Amino acid sequence: MADVLTFTDRGIYCAAGDFYIDPWQPVDRALITHGHSDHARSGMGRYLATEGTAPVMRHRLGEITLQTASYGQQIEIGDAQVSFHPAGHVPGSAQIRVAVGGQVWVVSGDYKTVADGMSEPFEPVTCHAFISECTFGLPVFKWTPEDVLTRQINDWWAANAAAGRTSILGAYALGKAQRLLTTVDVSIGPILTHGAIENTNDVLRGQGIPLPDTTRVTPDTTHKTHPGALVLATPSALGTSWTRRFGPSSTAFASGWMALRGVRRRRAADRGFIVSDHADWDGLNSAIKATGADKLFVTHGYTSSFRRWLTDQGYDAHVVSTDYQGEGFDKDDEGEG
Amino acid sequence: MKDFATLVTRVDESTKTSVKTAALVDYFQTASDADKLWTIALFTGRRPKRTTTATRLREWAAEVAGLPDWLFEDSYNVVGDLAETIALVLPPSAGDEDKPLAEWIAYVRHLSTLEDDDRKAGILDAWSRLPQAERFLFTKLLTGGFRIGVSAKLITRALSQATGQPEAELTHKLMGNWTPDTVTWETLIEADDPTADLSRPYPFYLAYQLDSFDDLGSPAEWNAERKWDGIRGQLIVRGGEHYLWSRGEDLMTDRFPELAQLRDYLPDGTVIDGEVLAFSDERPLPFNALQKRIGRKTVPKKLLTEAPVVLMAYDLLEHGGNDIRSKTFTARRNQLSLLIKDIPSEAPMRLSKSVDFTTWNELSAARDQSRDLGAEGLMLKRCDSPYLSGRKRGDWWKWKIDPLTIDAVMIYAQAGHGRRANLFTDYTFAVRDGNELVPFTKAYSGLTDAEFREITAWVRKNTLQRFGPVRQVPPTHVFEIAFEGIQESPRHKSGVALRFPRMLRWRRDKPVDEANTLDDLKEMLATYG
Ligand SMILES: [Zn+2]
Ligand SMILES: [Zn+2]
Repeated sequence: MADVLTFTDRGIYCAAGDFYIDPWQPVDRALITHGHSDHARSGMGRYLATEGTAPVMRHRLGEITLQTASYGQQIEIGDAQVSFHPAGHVPGSAQIRVAVGGQVWVVSGDYKTVADGMSEPFEPVTCHAFISECTFGLPVFKWTPEDVLTRQINDWWAANAAAGRTSILGAYALGKAQRLLTTVDVSIGPILTHGAIENTNDVLRGQGIPLPDTTRVTPDTTHKTHPGALVLATPSALGTSWTRRFGPSSTAFASGWMALRGVRRRRAADRGFIVSDHADWDGLNSAIKATGADKLFVTHGYTSSFRRWLTDQGYDAHVVSTDYQGEGFDKDDEGEG
Repeated sequence: MKDFATLVTRVDESTKTSVKTAALVDYFQTASDADKLWTIALFTGRRPKRTTTATRLREWAAEVAGLPDWLFEDSYNVVGDLAETIALVLPPSAGDEDKPLAEWIAYVRHLSTLEDDDRKAGILDAWSRLPQAERFLFTKLLTGGFRIGVSAKLITRALSQATGQPEAELTHKLMGNWTPDTVTWETLIEADDPTADLSRPYPFYLAYQLDSFDDLGSPAEWNAERKWDGIRGQLIVRGGEHYLWSRGEDLMTDRFPELAQLRDYLPDGTVIDGEVLAFSDERPLPFNALQKRIGRKTVPKKLLTEAPVVLMAYDLLEHGGNDIRSKTFTARRNQLSLLIKDIPSEAPMRLSKSVDFTTWNELSAARDQSRDLGAEGLMLKRCDSPYLSGRKRGDWWKWKIDPLTIDAVMIYAQAGHGRRANLFTDYTFAVRDGNELVPFTKAYSGLTDAEFREITAWVRKNTLQRFGPVRQVPPTHVFEIAFEGIQESPRHKSGVALRFPRMLRWRRDKPVDEANTLDDLKEMLATYG
């Protein structure tokens, strides 16, 4: 039996339907799991993505030929049957299920198994073969429970506000920033946003995702005009002169990498909040188990350790190399991968 | 231990000195005397004895977490710290216990006295009861290591704010070989006699590198001497005993037993600042001779004759039992030469000679002779300067010779640990030999974070082969490698070993075929080795 999907130097390829999933080289037909820049790239002939992913793709990629699908909708492409299923990573993000002649393969894209209160929750899809990211595929990565995290962030913000400090929180522009916005306690003070984040907020609000009121930072915005504010900044803006206008401040960074003390110190913020839109160790293992797949391909992250672990568990596991980037902690653009 | 955990988290996470200081002041104003004393002890490297081996802790943690040993090792390689890895992989704790730090330390010491099985049970029990931050600290105590981002300077500043005592006085009080068993908060901090402890050294005075002569004024105001490349040490003779301290506050007395005879020549109440040097025929031996002596608690006879040491004396801090640090350098130095004048040359003590000069140009010429004399540069000390504590600008300057450099090709890259996990920061470098590339050194510092990120992205895209954590990359990038010395080494394929190699800069302008050759390296060995 031929493989449903193969791994080429352009991306994950389906011969039965002659299409690619999240390709990183220009191809005619691309199916896109979600809008982050390492998954949705420019230069493809035609795109197919979920309705929830389409707006951010149009915002980022401009004029493109884009067909949309709803979750669960069955689409025939050549001899392949294709459908999109929630991945819980960011709003609109999907796993892509491809069935050819009774064989079912699923590409996870990026995913997380805990509900973030904003993205459509992850849905396990039964399959024969599962292609999984493993950005955080080591047992040291275990995320802070959502309620504890929310309390930590609110406490930090409230203490800063009481001491006359601005709270500057670094988070990626698509996904993380909005997820934090929906959980913080808006009664503590005003919320200011970096332009790149506010642009994404506009896109998401436009597709009906409820976000609290935010104010875009302009050259006139300072700690005097907005005392006790929470500022959501892109990671690249943190630690630059952009933050000076906010006067005395405390900086924090929100990322899965904050689980590591060494990275927290390297990031040089005052606080680190452990939160990610990728699955942690337990999430990866439970998601894989729920698919019922016995053939696994792991990509971006701690692939060799994770493959060996899966092999030990009795899976037929392989490493495939792709151009996806996982959750970088130094990247500047809105894609956190 | 919650208050201690909060302190460590605040101090560890922030890079702002003001935040760290405030956290310490808070703690020193609220914690119990016993906890404060232990906190100072831990932060200044006075830790309880290791309770058990790292191997056992790894085994037990992997067992509790249900992980195979190799996966624990992979995790440890990424995290870079054993206690942290353990705290992260263990299942969430059931309890939320809050006992004072001093009680936990007592518990850790009690565990040391138990048989292995009971010790294991005691450790597993604590792991299951402690929340993660405290679990990390408890495990740190078990492993004996305790490195948190707090300098001694920061501690004295915070203590000074919390107690109202001057910083310099506190710095002095915190030195020496006290432990929380030999002192109390009262006797260490509150009492005002810093010399009560006979072994207690003075804080070392450290110099900055000189950039220019512009602000120095007249050469006549300055004394110059050689900067020797040994181990800076402070020799104390008090109460008929002697003590030798390193700059890192290690007591090195037993490592250099030949210095014991100096008790016969130096009167009680003498403290000398100097450099421990491997020394023979009136000149320093190459640093690797001294290297053999470092890290050995006792010294075999053979080594004593192969690598004998002297104390090259720089300064006199205590004379006749009096602290004379506030006198001028000239006065202290005269006193020092009077002390040393009558010591016979068989005894392991030399006076660091002054370098004569009347103009800065003459001094510069003298600096150029450094390598020939086995020195690493010059020291400049203002004649009327007191002996200060810590690194201070203005009165003392070091003027090191430029490092040796060579242009080399990067051929392997490896990810860093901890702070640099998932960046490729450790590289292996080669020189050309015909069409071959011969690896000769590793280096892992000297580039900016932006450069490390750029190279990391390049390594990911250009890996030729993986050997475990090491990636072979195509010979493409040339780096200028700086180092302090070069020695013959049969253990290395290239036949040489470098001292303190680091990347000076990324030579983007240089193609690989303009990198230096093995012959160049051998020539350097012949000249400087
Ligand atoms: Zn993503
Ligand atoms: Zn990704």
